[in-house]
Amino acid sequence: MAPKSLYAIAPHLSRAECEAIAKKVLSFSAADECRVSINSGMRQNTRFAVNQISTAGDDYNAAVTVRSVIGKRVANVTTNRLDDASLKAAVANAERIARLAPEDPELLPELGPQQYQEAINWSDATASLEPEARAEAVRAITDPARRAGLISTGYLEANAGSFAVANNKGMFAYSRSTSSAFTTTVRTQDGTGSGWAGASDNDFRRIDPKLLAERAIEKARTSANPAAIEPGRYTVILEPTAVANLVQLISGAVNARSADEGRSFFSKAGGGNKIGEKVVDERVTLVSDPLDPRVPAGTFGGDGFPNQKVIWIENGVVKNLAYDRFWAQRTGKAPVSAGGTLAMSGGTSSMDEMIASTERGILVTRFWYIRGVDPRTILFTGLTRDGTFLIENGKVTRPIKNLRYNESPIFMLNNLMMMGRPERVSASESGGPGQAIIVPPLKCRDFNFTSTSDAI
Amino acid sequence: MTASRREFLQQSAAAAAAVGLASSLARPVAAQPHVFQGDPSHKELVLRAIDAAKSAGAEYADARISSARSQNIGTREKRVTNIGDNETFGFGVRVLVRGAWGFAASSNLTADEVTRVARQAVAQARANAAAMVKPVELAPVHHPPVPNGVWRSPIRIDPFAVAIEEKVAYLLEANAAALAAGARFVNSQMFFLRDEKTFANTLGTVTQQTIYRAQPGMTVTMVSPDNRDFQTRQSTDIQPKGLGYEHVLDADLKRHAARWSEEAKQKLTAKPVEVGRYDLILHPTHLWLTIHEAIAHPTELDRAYGFEANYAGTSYLAPPEDKLGKFRMGPSFMNVLADRSAPGSLSACGWDDEGVQPEDFYIVKDGMFVDYQTTREQAMWLDWWYKQQGKPTRSHGCSYAQTWADVQFQRMPNVNLMPGEKDLVWEDLIAATENGIAIIGDGSFSIDQQRYNAQFGGQLFYEVKNGKITGMLKDVAYQIRTPEFWNALDMIGGKRSYELGGAFGDGKGQPAQSNAVSHGCPPTRHKQVNVINTGRTA
Repeated sequence: MAPKSLYAIAPHLSRAECEAIAKKVLSFSAADECRVSINSGMRQNTRFAVNQISTAGDDYNAAVTVRSVIGKRVANVTTNRLDDASLKAAVANAERIARLAPEDPELLPELGPQQYQEAINWSDATASLEPEARAEAVRAITDPARRAGLISTGYLEANAGSFAVANNKGMFAYSRSTSSAFTTTVRTQDGTGSGWAGASDNDFRRIDPKLLAERAIEKARTSANPAAIEPGRYTVILEPTAVANLVQLISGAVNARSADEGRSFFSKAGGGNKIGEKVVDERVTLVSDPLDPRVPAGTFGGDGFPNQKVIWIENGVVKNLAYDRFWAQRTGKAPVSAGGTLAMSGGTSSMDEMIASTERGILVTRFWYIRGVDPRTILFTGLTRDGTFLIENGKVTRPIKNLRYNESPIFMLNNLMMMGRPERVSASESGGPGQAIIVPPLKCRDFNFTSTSDAI
Repeated sequence: MTASRREFLQQSAAAAAAVGLASSLARPVAAQPHVFQGDPSHKELVLRAIDAAKSAGAEYADARISSARSQNIGTREKRVTNIGDNETFGFGVRVLVRGAWGFAASSNLTADEVTRVARQAVAQARANAAAMVKPVELAPVHHPPVPNGVWRSPIRIDPFAVAIEEKVAYLLEANAAALAAGARFVNSQMFFLRDEKTFANTLGTVTQQTIYRAQPGMTVTMVSPDNRDFQTRQSTDIQPKGLGYEHVLDADLKRHAARWSEEAKQKLTAKPVEVGRYDLILHPTHLWLTIHEAIAHPTELDRAYGFEANYAGTSYLAPPEDKLGKFRMGPSFMNVLADRSAPGSLSACGWDDEGVQPEDFYIVKDGMFVDYQTTREQAMWLDWWYKQQGKPTRSHGCSYAQTWADVQFQRMPNVNLMPGEKDLVWEDLIAATENGIAIIGDGSFSIDQQRYNAQFGGQLFYEVKNGKITGMLKDVAYQIRTPEFWNALDMIGGKRSYELGGAFGDGKGQPAQSNAVSHGCPPTRHKQVNVINTGRTA
């Protein structure tokens, strides 16, 4: 079960190994119900700073979570020691704690066997990205940056692993997945310019390090010596990464129970939720589909429930919220579980057309340090970063200092003017793979900038 | 910065009152004569790992085995939503080959795997050395090797020895108190960690440390009768600590629950703030986060040299040669002291994750910026400054890795704003203020990648007129430019008003790692700060 070779396909537990562990754990269990979840895999990463590799790491882990139910009492125990004695101890510990827990009035029985679709989020190329290959990808950025007299910093991460869930009602699900992300920030020597480029994909071969280098270098050069402008409401042209930075926040707010309880944007005045209400521009459709080849996800959730294609917002109208099994039963709905990826509808406008049609506006590369301010409106604050430009009379005229916004993706999608073609982006702040998301570039009016920043 | 938007404040519920000034300013000897409670065979395995790394060609190596146990209990209203017990166990080996780092880790702790992983780290360092421009150099360690170091967090009650039913009863009783006071919803939780770490390096240091953390917390939610508004009150009076179950008992959520419910209710009908400039009076339960973001992060030396440019960012305190001893952070009564020694603080330890005994050091002295946070690699970058100051070039002991699977790097120690000489308390600052807003508890937070422009919310906002609190405000956030904000500091509390705040979710690095850190401070007043109103209608 341990990693067998240094490189080749990154180690992870196979279907047969997971079946064997699950069978063993279930045989140790004396609980009324027992669920076993098995996570395993390798995280492979390389960092670089000031045009050279700074640290790198390869770490392997495999962990088993035992969920024991005794009557209506539940407990979970996780361990990453997979020898028989440790697994036995984990099962015994889960049963001991469960007996001490109060009854859970919301407990539902474990699922029986389910039908799953085959997931499409695995890539051998990502799973075998060894340190030399990562170092070579890094040099595709550091070499041109150094030649250009610029300073590049960045991060490459490639993950490969498997997830299995089984229970004593005969349910078993197994899938493996890969993910990768490569991001870079290129700065000028004098510290007055900074440009970012990044990409994320399940298949690392679809990420082009040379293209990232070109984009970040170009942005670093053109962003140098920015001028300050007055904060206020501006027309913005948001590159796809910036759009994803904000649109993905809607995913965090679609919980049906919170909406029904009156503590969500999706709560309806007077009671209930906003399903059926128009909340954004009618050109906007937001979908999670685990089998969308552009943003694939696993085909089952942590309890073994199959993930489905879910339309959250269709033509501006709320179609679905996320219902767990309990809340679905309580409210007479079907459970809704989607897999966590997000795809937004697009249009046909090019970035050039958006810029050419703008008398005065701001072009944004990405947003950063995005934190919730008011959950009633999904209002967040954060700042532009690594490439912010003024547009005047249809042309990008000069770099400007970064700006802080206080804005909601809901308001932004109501103020929609133009949409481009969707692109998959790297939208996590930390540079890890994050949520798989595909969105278009947008032009929106009245985006609310509240102060300027001197940060480059 | 602090971790992801969804995680950080959810976690930042916990526990202040317990450690007041007297104990947190006392500086005990870092290493205490405790007996390590973990597995004694770990020592043999870390030594085997560094031997294997040396044989494979490493110039320097260190190895860490960690066995970490954590426990989470979550509730809402009358129901337990989660009981989870988690253990993670594994080791990591870091090596230096031709001036390049390599790191590999595995959860499979056998003698053969330890050797394999050590060689893997060396192979990786060789791959990384191919494009090396400037080799890594390590500063000397200021103390002799510690062949048998043992340290343990100063706990009184091991949380893992307390029965689950006692913990569950504690939380459900606290929830009942909130519900009895009219709370519409209440969530409460407790989290515990015990990390047994065995470390060895090629200098001959071998340490075994047991680190504890505890965080009880509660969030009360109120919804308006027409379903158009909801407000929450998080238990920011209670901050996380490097303590045991005694911290939960001292926190006594049940005792505070009715007040938090009442405060959440008041927020529904509070007056929306008028935008403008106000004198801000900031409570320690709020100010610790502003210190964290606007002092502690920009004084990390790797940021100043651009190493974190792709995520956490760089720093307005750069380049070091233009700032050290030259940049005025604030008034002459402003002193910022870093430590990893305050009992019950989250950063406390005997040795850092590269075997250096941490020291207390000033970052800001009499208002002047004088030092950065460092590791052995980074201290060398400030060789010129320490020579100029007549000080030895050595690490301050700020190396940390979140788990066995992560490579260690520079993480902040406790960074504290020291109390003033006058014996002032919160009420004195309010009484001295004509037109201000008093803020209690941390809330929303965001700051740019060089730490200039920040915005902070809070839990409770009070209008202050002519020295008195005249009512509650809502939808308040203040926006600052960091250098002006600290130079606008004009009043500071004394020793009696000093408290420790902190968080588990301090994020930095790629892959992102979470650090746990405390920040001590008294209340402060800042003149004429820009306040915005964040309320909008959907």
